Amino acid sequence: MRRELWKGNEAIAEAAIRAGCRFYFGYPITPQSEIPEYMAAHLPERGGVFPQAESEISAINMVYGAAGAGARVMTSSSSPGVSLKQEGISFIVGAELPAVIVNVMRSGPGLGGIQPAQGDYFQATRGGGNGDYHHLVLAPNSIQEAVDLMQLAFELADKYRNPVMILADGMIGQMMEPVEWKKAEITEARVYPEWATTGRGGRENHRIVNSLYIESEIMEAHVHHLFSKYKAMEENEVLYEESGIEDAEVVLVAYGVPARIADKAVELLKEEGIKAGLFRPITLWPYPKKRLNDIASLDHVKNFVVVELSMGQMLEDVQLSVNGKKPVHFHGRPGGAIPSPGEVKDAVKKFIGRES
Amino acid sequence: MSKIVYTRSKGLTDVETHYCPGCTHGIIHKLVAETMVELDIVEDTIGVCPVGCSVFAYKYFACDMQEAAHGRAPAVATGIKRVHPDKPVFTYQGDGDLVSIGMGEIIHAAARGEKITVIFVNNAIYGMTGGQMAPTTLVGQKTTTSPFGRDAALTGNPIRMCEMIATLDGAAFVERVTVTDSKSLLRAKRAIKRAFELQQQNAGFTFVEVLSTCPTNWGINPRQALTWLNENMIPVYPLGNFKDVKVDKA
Repeated sequence: MRRELWKGNEAIAEAAIRAGCRFYFGYPITPQSEIPEYMAAHLPERGGVFPQAESEISAINMVYGAAGAGARVMTSSSSPGVSLKQEGISFIVGAELPAVIVNVMRSGPGLGGIQPAQGDYFQATRGGGNGDYHHLVLAPNSIQEAVDLMQLAFELADKYRNPVMILADGMIGQMMEPVEWKKAEITEARVYPEWATTGRGGRENHRIVNSLYIESEIMEAHVHHLFSKYKAMEENEVLYEESGIEDAEVVLVAYGVPARIADKAVELLKEEGIKAGLFRPITLWPYPKKRLNDIASLDHVKNFVVVELSMGQMLEDVQLSVNGKKPVHFHGRPGGAIPSPGEVKDAVKKFIGRES
Repeated sequence: MSKIVYTRSKGLTDVETHYCPGCTHGIIHKLVAETMVELDIVEDTIGVCPVGCSVFAYKYFACDMQEAAHGRAPAVATGIKRVHPDKPVFTYQGDGDLVSIGMGEIIHAAARGEKITVIFVNNAIYGMTGGQMAPTTLVGQKTTTSPFGRDAALTGNPIRMCEMIATLDGAAFVERVTVTDSKSLLRAKRAIKRAFELQQQNAGFTFVEVLSTCPTNWGINPRQALTWLNENMIPVYPLGNFKDVKVDKA
């Protein structure tokens, strides 16, 4: 099939349109501004609409309204902007609405910097807004995978009536790579879900989109209902990739673009006779805990090294998964710095006592 | 044989409301509901209710309803209207919601000319949370967070929304009304109906501010509250039409 050269942010926007998204609400912020720019240029000709919002807060609430009205809908931003969206994301979860949120991460805290980072892992995987909740988090490591995950994101959002976040780092957004469009574009009109507020149109009862449950027994039951969906996600939606685990003495764990750096580090380690493997979670929530725990049980696996563009956030999920069975080490670079494969290789060698 | 001369509007559900005795929310709900019935749009309309006293309004209006986060109703309504441009969409917001935390959303919805109708209920106080100062609280007015009376030097002056919104090109209809007597009530009904009609004609953003009472948090009885509104609020918030794009100015 034909391969085309695409910039990450533009490919993400195009993939959303191909996935049937006709409603996009967003606000400019580096390094994701090519997404609203692409939507502004291309949604009208595909029968969609993008009214630029006055704020991230407004954008996510437009998403709430459109999702509640039955549409396939998306917003995108970068770290500080995604923080502003957290109120809305919590409401979208509470009201059980499907929506896709793309976070092209930059560094923080505060205004931080505009270089690639992974400091929003906790916010994404722990429920960044108020209340007891989760949403699916998909982390692509290439523009091809970002494109492939986009349709899945919308499908999972509909399946669970829960938002799905694509968590990409600034490198995914800004670099160019070949893309193959594997799936046919969804062009047929959306069939509105049976819960959507579309106007009664002869229905006996009015429909309500709401996250308010003022009686504690009903609210508790609602949270239990949400958690039954999260349990189903944990059972059915975990995605990961691994290589070289079968004889690895050290397993590197990384997601997103750092996983590609770690992959190269594994190659360098092997060249020096060190048996290394790579484990790459694709869903950050639900986290592939079970598989990682199984790997930790393998006799030949002696050490784990987590590599992140942060001070160690996914590290905690690796520690929880490994559950003390083997040592878990960490090499991270925050603030927009990116480690080289050689730097990661040297760090791994130091951790496992194989410094030359 | 007795004849039924009055029944609950079909635009309302058969549910008891939670509003305090003497509060004018019930009357304003009725005016919106009657408007939907008269325009035959109960089956089409999608309403948005906010955080505040009308937080449970989704239970009371018979049309499809969405509950929005505090202040965000105009953004939520924007999302709905862009998906269903042929359906009437309205928000029903109080002054804490619309003028304070939701100021950004309301101004930009008006500036975009969103084809929605906003019913803005201004009672100069936060009702649901127990009577705190709102941006619309009058200078000198005592509330639980302005216990010595609102001090303009400390917290500024009341904000007049109609006057501000009327300056925006996206606004098609802006009117301030009240419901303190039968005459003003009829005028309020006309304004609300006109706003929905103009929305149906895609004229632009339509906004009706209804001066309302809060006997509970004002600390006076319902009759005194109506008088207090007429004597104190109307001088600060003058009634009248501020904009109607379809009226021939010549």
